[in-house]
Amino acid sequence: MSANVEAAWAALEELTDPEIPVISLRELGILRDVRSAADGLEVVITPTYSGCPAMGQIEDDVRATLERVGIAARVVTQLAPAWTTDWMTEAGKEKLRAYGIAPPHRTPPGSNVVRFISKPAKAETVPCPHCGSGHTVESSHFGSTACKALYKCLDCQEPFDYFKPY
Amino acid sequence: MSAAVDYLLHLADNALVLGQRNAEWCGHGPILEEDIALSNVSLDLIGQARLLYQLVATLKGGDCTEDKLAYFRDTHEFRNYTLLELPHHGPLSGYAQSSLEYGTTIVRNFLYSALMALLWEALEKSANADLAAIAAKSLKEVRYHLRHSRDWLVRLGDGTDESHARVQASLDHLFAYTQEFWAHSPAEAAAIAAGIGVDVTTLRADWDAIVDAALSEATLQRPAVSGYVTEGKQGIHSEHLGFLLAEMQSLARAHPNGVW
Repeated sequence: MSANVEAAWAALEELTDPEIPVISLRELGILRDVRSAADGLEVVITPTYSGCPAMGQIEDDVRATLERVGIAARVVTQLAPAWTTDWMTEAGKEKLRAYGIAPPHRTPPGSNVVRFISKPAKAETVPCPHCGSGHTVESSHFGSTACKALYKCLDCQEPFDYFKPY
Repeated sequence: MSAAVDYLLHLADNALVLGQRNAEWCGHGPILEEDIALSNVSLDLIGQARLLYQLVATLKGGDCTEDKLAYFRDTHEFRNYTLLELPHHGPLSGYAQSSLEYGTTIVRNFLYSALMALLWEALEKSANADLAAIAAKSLKEVRYHLRHSRDWLVRLGDGTDESHARVQASLDHLFAYTQEFWAHSPAEAAAIAAGIGVDVTTLRADWDAIVDAALSEATLQRPAVSGYVTEGKQGIHSEHLGFLLAEMQSLARAHPNGVW
């Protein structure tokens, strides 16, 4: 790893998601790679939801951060393989929980459409990030952003966001 | 290249037009959660449209941009299904007016999401690698749209007499427009021949299964359909698309090249 690549990773480590300022872009799986190209460094990011309004901000943040530490780099947006919440690191998930957002379960393997829409025999439990109770219900499929669903805890009565598996 | 461009525009226009329609609920939802849900579904759809328009702009080259495709084409150049441009209420006559009808929104989102959940899955194997990548992302999103609209379809259909009657009327109104899904346009035929597109008729049995299971759970009757097959995807639209585009495009046309 060249010194520049290492320095870029270190600088970008401080960058957090604009909507969830406790988790870094690397921990979220948005920052995919920093590599040397013929004409300087290339930083590879991948979009989360197609319409996520934070993506433009993220690209600007990456560029500004590297400029500040004097590293010339291009930002490349790469669609494939598609971002998945499975790329989120365990440390990142723990930070989400501490912030009050229930972290995503793993995406079900090979879930095809017909299986996805039929109700599972046993509804998956989303533990409350505040009190840890598994006694929770979904209030809405969509929460404050497209990537989250709105839940409420039936024990501590607090509402909370669940980061949906994607 | 032309086969790819025409096909991508069809997919992109579908997403943009439905995204714009659903966004009409922003600030007017029947309950706060649904206001937020529909706005989020719109964001996903408009995001999908952007990715597809960006790909078209790359293929066309020159000074083509995603904004030109979205804001500076006219009604006859749009390639979306007629179903997606209809207003959020049933047919009207004379000087009748109607407000937004949530059942119509839900039925439309359900019928379209059920198709796209299957179509995006099939398009993951498209010969066009960029389209396959967009399909893989969109599939993850449309599954949530399908789950959302299906849940509401069941809730409204199997709800009160009033909600049942209204959502059945919406279904009766909209179902005939799904005939357009299964009639190939020349652009679709060319894209299928090139390995870029998917033959939707191969998805029909699965779509029927999703629809019939949901309607049965919702205690709704599947309407028998026949007769005129709309041709929105060939640029022959209802009168409603012009009004939708006028609202959506007015700002960009009043201030060309404007930036925030």
